Amino acid sequence: MGRYVLRRLLQLIPVFIGTTFLIYWLVWSLPGDAFAGKCGDRPCPDAYVQAMMDKFNLGDPLVVQYGKYMLNVLQGNFGETFRGLDVGELIGDAYPNTIRLALVALAIEAVIGLAAGVLTGLRGRGFLDNLVLVSTLFLISLPVFVTGFVLQITLGFELKWIKTTVSASPAPWEHLIVPGFVLGSLSMAYVTRLTRTSIAENKRADYVRTATAKGLRQRRVVGVHLLRNSAIPVVTFLGTDLGALMGGAIVTEGIFDIKGIGSLVYDGIIGKEGVTVTGVVTLLVMVYLLSNLLVDLLYAVLDPRIRYD
Amino acid sequence: MTTTQSEVDFEEPGQVPGAPLLEVDDLFVEFRTRDGVAKVLNGVSYRVEPGETLAVLGESGSGKSVTAQTIMGILDMPPGFITGGEIRFHGENLLKASARRRREVRGSGIAMIFQDALSALNPVFTVGFQIEEQLRLRRGMSRKDARKRAVELLDQVKIPNAKGRVRQYPHEFSGGMRQRAMIAMSLALDPEMLIADEPTTALDVTVQAQIMDLLKDIQVERNMGLILITHDLGVVAEVADRIAVMYAGRIVEQSLARDLYRKPGHPYTQGLLDSLPRLDLKGTELRTIKGLPPSLLNVPKGCPFNPRCPRVQDICKTEVPPQHRLAPGRLSACHFAEELISGD
Repeated sequence: MGRYVLRRLLQLIPVFIGTTFLIYWLVWSLPGDAFAGKCGDRPCPDAYVQAMMDKFNLGDPLVVQYGKYMLNVLQGNFGETFRGLDVGELIGDAYPNTIRLALVALAIEAVIGLAAGVLTGLRGRGFLDNLVLVSTLFLISLPVFVTGFVLQITLGFELKWIKTTVSASPAPWEHLIVPGFVLGSLSMAYVTRLTRTSIAENKRADYVRTATAKGLRQRRVVGVHLLRNSAIPVVTFLGTDLGALMGGAIVTEGIFDIKGIGSLVYDGIIGKEGVTVTGVVTLLVMVYLLSNLLVDLLYAVLDPRIRYD
Repeated sequence: MTTTQSEVDFEEPGQVPGAPLLEVDDLFVEFRTRDGVAKVLNGVSYRVEPGETLAVLGESGSGKSVTAQTIMGILDMPPGFITGGEIRFHGENLLKASARRRREVRGSGIAMIFQDALSALNPVFTVGFQIEEQLRLRRGMSRKDARKRAVELLDQVKIPNAKGRVRQYPHEFSGGMRQRAMIAMSLALDPEMLIADEPTTALDVTVQAQIMDLLKDIQVERNMGLILITHDLGVVAEVADRIAVMYAGRIVEQSLARDLYRKPGHPYTQGLLDSLPRLDLKGTELRTIKGLPPSLLNVPKGCPFNPRCPRVQDICKTEVPPQHRLAPGRLSACHFAEELISGD
């Protein structure tokens, strides 16, 4: 196991360099003048442009720029925006909101998805099964912005049950329930279907019969023997999804005005703040790679038949 | 050995003192499927006493496993339906018992060993955990005591290094060791009755013999009733006291083991015995029973064996043969049972 983890960690290095270079290159070679509109109605003075070119090493070849940038990042310095804001601080302010939103979404998809999946998987065909199948299909086919706006308008504007926007930072947990539902709805539908299939497949397994023959209670047979096996693909899916959720949700954060990493990236792209965009995306690449590694390790913990060495 | 729980079981209100350990009485089971109703059991009756081994013999689909599953109460219902008969354990009809009572009987009254131990053991829990959970949940043992007992049980089924093995997962065991672990698990609650459903089918021949010896030893030591379900006449010969031969959901012959081998009382049993490879007939073609077992959706009229029977007569095609009592404890469902026995 130790050797496997080490090998995976070493593999992260080329992947990290490759992705971040690609991002750096894409961001800084965007067409258009990075200084357009930065100085009000008139073009920026040459002295200002020159100062900025020096500050961000824009005169150097791209590879050299990237190298200098990475050296700073590895020392924990994400640089400054053109306006002089510290990108590290911006990320530090925004990330807790994204993490909270991600955890709420994950909790909702895990609890509702697993419960609905287990219930329909055990019962088999019938009204409940059809209801869940149709409603998950409905959720899967709806784009997030539709779910988001519909819930915001009905629950927020019409019924006034929730606040329409969550502008506060750090965002209070209770304000994140509906946004979390919106963000997690698609995965919730997948979790439901995955659990249902997995339970239905395993419920006639020989080891379930053995557990019953041992005289265990039905609750224990299902809750321990059946669920533990059926949860393997579901937990793996949830782990991967957490990695994706940690990457921020531009649409959901946009609709509910949550000051998370998604909005930060979005504003960075609109404002041509290359340093913000590269900084955030570099961080997200790391988070995603590490969470994938964790999922692979979790998989081995859940299923003892899998050994990595 | 702890026997406290078994002693309590004797005092259950539904039980009759002096009644046989297990009695299956005129059991009818059918599977209702989309293609129609399959009559899987059609009046199956047998009994087992403490210390006795009954071998239930038959081809795939003859109903031998379904009978066992009905006794254990682990038949998939639906599609299975019990349409008649009784299963009495110490005289108590289990089919009328509450779900709670049935659960109590499982494991501690009647335990079961399955054919394929790899799929019958839960792949994600250690062998120790699977033995201990019964002890902890049903005997209220502490984790430590349960672990100690699990090691003892693995020792009893002759698994070397039981202390280390108890922490391993089923896939880390070899086939024979896995079946031993399965047996240890079934013995955890000191059952009075053990049902072994093809316990050696998935194993090598040498390992088969070891497992059968082990089962026999344990049975004698504990004076357990044993139902041995198999399609292998060779396995049966050494261990069975009595044999019940099943065909198309019926018991076609029931007899003491040695009588059956000496003189089969049913053409089907005769066919089974003839189809055993024999060293003294080396070089001659192996005799087989012609045709296939009938589909249970569409059982032939009269005797279900009539399309394959070498001695078939007109009466076989119209009338279901009753059970002929050939000797005490010896039954045959053949119209010509007496002629077969008296030797043509």
